[in-house]
Amino acid sequence: MDRSGSAGGHGPRARATAHELERYEALFAARTRGMKSSAMREMMALTERPDVISLAGGLPDTSTFPPELYAKLMAQVAAGSTARALQYGPTEGLAVTVRCIVEVMAAEGTEVEPSEVLVTTGGQQVIDLVCKTLIDPGDVIVAEAPTYPGAVPTFSAYQAEVEQIEMDADGMPIDELERTLDRLHAEGRRPKFIYTVPNFQNPGGVTMSIARRRRLVEVARERELLILEDNPYGLLRYEGEALPTLYSLDAEAVGGRGTSDLVIYLGTFSKILAPGLRLGWAVAPRPVLEKMNLGKQGSDLCSSPVTQLFVAEYFDQRGARGGPAWLEYVEDLRVHYRARRDAMMRALAEHFGDGAVWTHPQGGLFVWATLDERIDTTDLLALARKTEGVAFVPGRAAYVDGRRGGSSMRLNFAGVAEADIHEGIGRIGRAMRQQLALLGSLTAGRRDRTRGAGPGEAPAGAEQAVDGDATVPPGAGSTEPGAPLADVVELPRRGEHLRARRGNDR
Amino acid sequence: MSATRRVAVLKGGRSLERAVSLRSGAHVQEVLERLGHEVVPIDAGPDLVDELVSASVDVAFVALHGREGEDGTVQGLLEALAIPYTGSGPAACMRSTNKVLAKLIMEEAGVPTPRFHAFPETSIKELGAAAAIPAVEDDLGFPMVVKPAVGGSALGVKFASASEELPGALVGAFSYDRTVLIERYVEGRDLAVSVIDADPDGDLDSRATALPVVEAVPREEDFYDYESRYEIGMTTFVCPAELPAATTARAQELAVRVYELLGCSGVARIDLMLERDTEELWVLETNVVPGMTETSLLPQAADAAGIGVEALVEQMLASASARRVATR
Repeated sequence: MDRSGSAGGHGPRARATAHELERYEALFAARTRGMKSSAMREMMALTERPDVISLAGGLPDTSTFPPELYAKLMAQVAAGSTARALQYGPTEGLAVTVRCIVEVMAAEGTEVEPSEVLVTTGGQQVIDLVCKTLIDPGDVIVAEAPTYPGAVPTFSAYQAEVEQIEMDADGMPIDELERTLDRLHAEGRRPKFIYTVPNFQNPGGVTMSIARRRRLVEVARERELLILEDNPYGLLRYEGEALPTLYSLDAEAVGGRGTSDLVIYLGTFSKILAPGLRLGWAVAPRPVLEKMNLGKQGSDLCSSPVTQLFVAEYFDQRGARGGPAWLEYVEDLRVHYRARRDAMMRALAEHFGDGAVWTHPQGGLFVWATLDERIDTTDLLALARKTEGVAFVPGRAAYVDGRRGGSSMRLNFAGVAEADIHEGIGRIGRAMRQQLALLGSLTAGRRDRTRGAGPGEAPAGAEQAVDGDATVPPGAGSTEPGAPLADVVELPRRGEHLRARRGNDR
Repeated sequence: MSATRRVAVLKGGRSLERAVSLRSGAHVQEVLERLGHEVVPIDAGPDLVDELVSASVDVAFVALHGREGEDGTVQGLLEALAIPYTGSGPAACMRSTNKVLAKLIMEEAGVPTPRFHAFPETSIKELGAAAAIPAVEDDLGFPMVVKPAVGGSALGVKFASASEELPGALVGAFSYDRTVLIERYVEGRDLAVSVIDADPDGDLDSRATALPVVEAVPREEDFYDYESRYEIGMTTFVCPAELPAATTARAQELAVRVYELLGCSGVARIDLMLERDTEELWVLETNVVPGMTETSLLPQAADAAGIGVEALVEQMLASASARRVATR
């Protein structure tokens, strides 16, 4: 290689590239190592196109909010509180907004003191502030598996180590949690808090049973651990009895004061009203809340008074049926989303059938479906977006290690019209069957080797690859429309099944 | 420095490499503007041809990665519109971007490339090709790498370390292309050699010249994956790679040979493996539209050769016009 004078015009400015690279790299904080964009996320960005049916969003349906009411409320804020709306507000939030939050908490069956509420910029900020307050690099957060994909980058940014507890139909198994805590203790590692979405979990769609809720609070008390209870969808229940919040269970256990001393509660207006408001809240033990308040000062001083006043105006409105407008809106959302949940269940039974198992969410926004374990849903997304025009969230996004969850997917039903749910699931089903058929052909070929049989004798196709298995968890596999559907989050171990069969063949 | 020109920067598109392409394009734009050229950025979509025609540019800079940008599609369009463009022509693009074709050409010419077998999806569906897989397993041994024939995103690249992992890996790779190849896994060091037509004046006798070898050292993962390839800090790049002089010379010689064999022009990046056990070099693939982001290997290699990014970009523009003149 001729390095001398091979090119003209390389003055000092011309040597920017590698030097720029080194310069930035040397300046980046160690924590940015854990902050990475992923090919999967980039692929998902490509699905944001009009011809793609996206079941990937975490979106509520904001089109259901009456436009006239929105206009009226904004006009009231503008006319009645111009200077206040345009000014900074207190870090803890406006008192009029905190009053609304106390009302929402009461609807969740949970009494809270206004002084224990911190208004935040969306629920996401609560996760950030809790980490900012509690996590030193290397501290452990115990979370569910799968966990809320949006929490993963926050945990990574604070260099937390995340231990994930595999869920079943009743949420996080507490005996499993205890074993993990024992192991961490033996390893000299320090868990700081347990992160859980107890109601209609994102992405799993499962709900933590009352027995486990009680036991979780006991375990946290015994071990002096905090719990971050993330409850964005509690009021969006479509069937079954509402379960008490962890916050209220702990407050009960504390007795007397009526406030919890180890649960940090995360609430948000995003799903019961609108995510565009960017308003959420934390309810937390006072010493924790004070630190979070200081942390919030450093982050954004205060959440927007414009949207806080909007909420306050809204909570003063009466609805068409004579009750508080916000509660009536939540009731309407429940009816609206229940129909979509049911449409999703019907579509899954029709189009996924035996090829998958999925959860039956009693509320919330999401279903978690798990396919044959040899199907990688990231690859399936690549195929489905290209050939079918449909998108979903590959399960791996919900695991911190980015490895587990490879055969699962999160499906949003709340933000998608019923016709699109049906069509979208149909499209994913087609792509899935295409992959299963190919797998069938390939595994048929593999069996030929052990048997010495000709290709003609080999059964091929989807059914072969996903045939019934004695280890299917209770409730799985029912595909009758309207019948209780799979309330599970995991498929049987197909690989082991296959290996066992091959072993026998030999 | 050459005269001011009106340059269309083609970037984006709809492939899985859209995000990287946008960053390559943005970086190229910035450099072109520093050089005093007039830039017309074009995000390749349904209006590409209209935009190209109405922009009436002197030359197009192809910073479009992924299928349409690299498989000759866009190059063919630019030929039809008689717009000079950077990089290789349609035939070289087709030969390089289809890994199966490229490897067959290399095998024929005696260029070392890891042993492989290719399977179109139709051969499995219609010709019972699955029955040939045991033979492939015996021939290549584990672990194996399964790759889509076309596509630069590491998303489709799978490892199979045992027989039972192969069907899943194949189905995964088939999600990205209708043909996949199964390749012997070469364990060793990841090297990349960029080759440029090193003649700043655009003379017709410009010669393919290899830039210093870059080594990509994965920082965390055991595989040099898509993320680490494009994110600052995920992979350490060593340039020039710390190699014995003979190995460097051999890698550069192989790269130039492949560049010429496939008929590349302007610039290309050839990826190689230096096998740990045998210390042999193996050519994996050729990228006809190499990344031009701040962290990409080509700008780094040029920099190590004393060619700043401005000079590199200027040279690519010059060779665009030169090739056009040469083919007339």
